[in-house]
Amino acid sequence: MSAPMKKCHVSATVNGEPREFLCEPTQVLSDILRNDLDLTGTKEGCTTGDCGACSVMLDGALVCSCLVLAAEVEGSEIETVEGVAKDGVLHPVQEKLLEHAALQCGICTPGIVVAAKALLEQNPDPSEEETRYWLAGNLCRCTGYDKIIRAVMDAGAAMRGE
Amino acid sequence: MTSVQYAAPTSLAEAAQVLAGAEAPKLLAGGTDLLVQMKLGLRQPGLIVDIKKIPELKALGLDASGLSLGAAVPGAVVTANAELQRLYPGFVEALGLIGSSQVQGRCSAGGNLCNSSPAADSVPAMIALGAVCRIVGPAGERRVPVEDFNTGPGSNCLAPDEILVALEFPRPAPRSSDAYLRFIPRTEMDIAVAGAGVSLSLAEDGTCIAARVAIGAVGPRAIPVPAAADALVGTTLDDAALDAAAAAASAAATPITDKRGTVEYRKKVVGVLVRRAVLIAKSRIEEQA
Repeated sequence: MSAPMKKCHVSATVNGEPREFLCEPTQVLSDILRNDLDLTGTKEGCTTGDCGACSVMLDGALVCSCLVLAAEVEGSEIETVEGVAKDGVLHPVQEKLLEHAALQCGICTPGIVVAAKALLEQNPDPSEEETRYWLAGNLCRCTGYDKIIRAVMDAGAAMRGE
Repeated sequence: MTSVQYAAPTSLAEAAQVLAGAEAPKLLAGGTDLLVQMKLGLRQPGLIVDIKKIPELKALGLDASGLSLGAAVPGAVVTANAELQRLYPGFVEALGLIGSSQVQGRCSAGGNLCNSSPAADSVPAMIALGAVCRIVGPAGERRVPVEDFNTGPGSNCLAPDEILVALEFPRPAPRSSDAYLRFIPRTEMDIAVAGAGVSLSLAEDGTCIAARVAIGAVGPRAIPVPAAADALVGTTLDDAALDAAAAAASAAATPITDKRGTVEYRKKVVGVLVRRAVLIAKSRIEEQA
């Protein structure tokens, strides 16, 4: 019989709101977001950092939440896909993904939204090549990527006022 | 599942206390290797020690003597730094090649080194620059050249109660630059079949006056290739010198055949990469003028 794991008490800001939770030392952030905080927009795909479906912003950095221990985020600011639309208004990336019909099954979409928004915030006018490289860690098995890339570049144009 | 504990010390002194007497401790930097290895059952630490709340591990200091890069500074922070891009372009590119944008938000040069994969992209680039590890442990502080840190696949010289605090890079001499190239069958998100890091210094007349060459993924650990560097120094980096450096790198490679490449292929390709990396570093120096 193994000894029980000591739970960690964690306080963090999630989508602008203070949240608290208890986690096991080996529990990952994606698990807590989905199962304890009911933020199921963050998807679990591979759980090994390869597919990007669990992408979130952690203190301003784009990360895979499956490769972050929940215990690590004490005092951190986290933004999930649920925090991207403001006051019921979709972000241009979300608008353009819809407009271009750049999703089919939708599992990769939350990760794409979070990652594409991060790209356009640090590089408002990315080339197609830069966009494709940036999103190389967001796997989509439906669309063939073309519509996603077009939608993200179009969102960039919209955000630049073009 | 056995009991696992988690600690996040906020100073090196506190980390030393936590590590003293800990059962199977494992340091956690960005977690992009460790958490995957734990998930796959390859590692079962008794204590996970998150080192990212220790200021020295996240510090980035650049002055006239060079760069001190905290071992846990994320790749995305390094690649976004214009001064580092200018001074150490090969190293910045090598670190930036690791994983996806998401992985870049967490992965670090220190973690890449401590994971001790023979194919770690940033390691040949650090060896080419003559980078040195600053290691702190119960006996005090010691410095180990990056090329002497790893001892084989998955193993290194770090004791369980020691911490790699920072990587120290000498400031490049005038008319110096570096380059790193790897070969992968895809364009992104892959592990090197072979890799080569090069740093060069040129005289005003274009003669190479100093060089370092390192190769990765073609042996149990990344290694410097002094014979390749010797083939470059004193030349104008003409074809004969490039051929000799490439041949020296191929000769120094001791790869295995696996799903990513054969022995013969890797030995050939690593020479080609050295040759091309020399030309990139050379053109970078010429562009500085």
